Amino acid sequence: MLDNLFYIILPYAAVTLAIVITVQRYLKRGFTYSSLSSQFLESDELFYGSVPWHIGILVVLLGHVIGFAIPRQVLWFNGVPARLYILETTGLLFGLLALVGIVSLIVRRFTSARIRAVTSWMDVVVLLVLLVQVILGVYTALFYRWGSSWYATSAVPYLRSLFTLQPDLKMIAPLPMAVKAHILNAFIFLAIFPFSRLVHMLVVPIHYLWRPYQLVIWNGDRRKIIGQAPRPRPKTVEATVPVTGDTVAASRPVVTG
Amino acid sequence: MDVRLQIAMVFHLDKCIGCHTCSIACKNVWTDRKGAEYMWWNNVETKPGTGYPTAWEDQSKYKGGWETNGGEPQLKMGRRSLRVLNIFHNPDMPRMDDYYEPWTYKYEDLFNAPEGADQPTARPISMVTNKPIDIKAGPNWDDDLSGSPVYAANDPNLEALTPEQREELFDIERLVFFYLPRICNHCLNACCVAACPSGAIYKRGEDGIVLINQERCRGWRMCVTACPYKKTFYNWSTGKSEKCILCFPRLETGQAPACFHSCVGRIRYLGGLLYDADRIVEAMSVPDDQLVDAQREMILDPFDPEVRAAALRNGIDERTLEACERSPVYKYVKEWKLALPLHAEFRTLPMLFYVPPLLPVMAKTDAGVYDSSNEELFSPIEKARLPMEYLARLFSAGNIDPVRLALKKQYAIRLFKRMETVGDMDPLVVKQALAEVGCSEAEAEQIYRLTSLPTVDDRYVIPPMHREEAMQMLNDDVLADKGEAGFGFREAPVRGA
Ligand code: SF4
Ligand code: SF4
Repeated sequence: MLDNLFYIILPYAAVTLAIVITVQRYLKRGFTYSSLSSQFLESDELFYGSVPWHIGILVVLLGHVIGFAIPRQVLWFNGVPARLYILETTGLLFGLLALVGIVSLIVRRFTSARIRAVTSWMDVVVLLVLLVQVILGVYTALFYRWGSSWYATSAVPYLRSLFTLQPDLKMIAPLPMAVKAHILNAFIFLAIFPFSRLVHMLVVPIHYLWRPYQLVIWNGDRRKIIGQAPRPRPKTVEATVPVTGDTVAASRPVVTG
Repeated sequence: MDVRLQIAMVFHLDKCIGCHTCSIACKNVWTDRKGAEYMWWNNVETKPGTGYPTAWEDQSKYKGGWETNGGEPQLKMGRRSLRVLNIFHNPDMPRMDDYYEPWTYKYEDLFNAPEGADQPTARPISMVTNKPIDIKAGPNWDDDLSGSPVYAANDPNLEALTPEQREELFDIERLVFFYLPRICNHCLNACCVAACPSGAIYKRGEDGIVLINQERCRGWRMCVTACPYKKTFYNWSTGKSEKCILCFPRLETGQAPACFHSCVGRIRYLGGLLYDADRIVEAMSVPDDQLVDAQREMILDPFDPEVRAAALRNGIDERTLEACERSPVYKYVKEWKLALPLHAEFRTLPMLFYVPPLLPVMAKTDAGVYDSSNEELFSPIEKARLPMEYLARLFSAGNIDPVRLALKKQYAIRLFKRMETVGDMDPLVVKQALAEVGCSEAEAEQIYRLTSLPTVDDRYVIPPMHREEAMQMLNDDVLADKGEAGFGFREAPVRGA
């Protein structure tokens, strides 16, 4: 019964919340999408928290996603013991890195008076959920060996069954408590995601790498003015300062400050 | 030729009395809020001095501005492909302590303290933590050379001086300083725009005002590092960056920005400049000593029929061009060559220009002692208390020529007016002084008038670039843009969870 609640109802509720609230928040309360960086208030300790945390967790997360996407290939890869050891050690190392990071971040958040001034309840919840998740993950990696392989044969089928709307708990029922707690906590994480600062990961500015340096926004429709001009312009797109690349079009005024 | 309009500014430093009225006007209107207490979009610093944030001009520490290194222009903070890796922790991010921790006082203690032998005091309280703090710095800690061994002596611009010059500068009898009011320069080649990974910072096409879209800003803080003038600020409460908006809601209704309007010394001028956007890269890439000239070059003559035609083609209307013809900024910067950009070597092409101060330069010294008993009325600027190298370092990227010209011209005009009003000057000497700087008597008179007797309308020639009108000129459906222009928030600016 409890299993149904935790591993069928909760996942669907969490995913629905995550999607609906995230989108609604983006559209209606876009202002609240921010990294909420506190580096301005405290910078030195942040380095030892933020950097290991982000690098560690991103790699570990990527591992989970790969395992979910191509479980067969992962199993095949793990067929050679040397490769299995390398994969597992790598995962463990980055998991430990994330653990060091999250612990430093928690310590920093509660010891620095300035940081406490900008700490919300949700920040505390987020830090706790992440701490628990990383501890369970590292524990699993240490005591239930070769997770990269059994993840592919037990957890992945379960997760995929959720995706295909035919939830099937058979494969995860016999898993040890720590692992099941890890899965449960992941859904809790998903459920709080849209209400917390975690949404900043959705607005990572990848497009910066290829956009032009300068950005000019015209109030009216620039194309229309240029279109009316007697002299044809080389580019139809609107114009900017061509520092290295060029040209971004945007015609609507934006609310600013 | 891609002609664009820029609302540009001139600050006449000889007239600044360092009263900070401008800073207060700005603070009251825009930054008297949580998270913004420490921000001074307008600040006035004493030079020599380290300014706000402390030693902001030292780019070996703050990594602001552009670098060319002979090749493609690049942000000094590093190439952007590497820079994104710093997103988790920006190694060059200024901290609150580089500015100061904002505080208030526990005023209620003055009333609630029990009766006793001592006067009650109001203790300083941090506005971040709400706890008592020991005030270590403020936005204007080195005002009027206070603490000069710590502050003025560490002014990064003093590098331009020889050790002897430095020593002389701080001789008690020769002490000299002037004020430097600063706001965002609304640069043509802004680093803040170029560094923003979210693309939240932009230049408004019609008037060149640089703004941060509060809804698109995600708090990655790269602009704070990139702006060499340290005029973008991180709001520690909302998690968004903010900057001077040149009071665009006021400009749009034909009023001067609050700091301009309130300026007691009437040092501030504002008007339109036409410039050629195609020449930006060229102008920012020349060697240091040519930067001032290159920037002047790209400013276009609003009387030139060719420029006017190109401007009209670009959607700049007749009335705007008329305003550009009357622009005091055009006169000071291009016609008279009196106003110079601050730290042109940062290569952002700032659009705020300064008339370098003559007053400290004019003071005379005799064997290191201030002397007023000389026969000559004004001693020549070469004998200045404030070495010209210092001013050149501030206003012309180290090239003494533009600064010398600006000072000599002001000097010549003083002689000229002295001759006219008091009549104790040798006309030949005056003629020669004017000829030396290529200034006619008519021009001298004009400069004198705009410097000493300008009315509000002379100082602020705001082109009719107001958004409402611009919109009507551009769009058939006026209501389509209703509610979209102007300062404000569609939602309350509350901190995300
Ligand atoms: S002064 Fe700084 S903030 Fe202002 S436009 Fe220039 S780079 Fe941007
Ligand atoms: S109000 Fe004017 S005179 Fe007073 S400090 Fe500001 S710029 Fe200088």
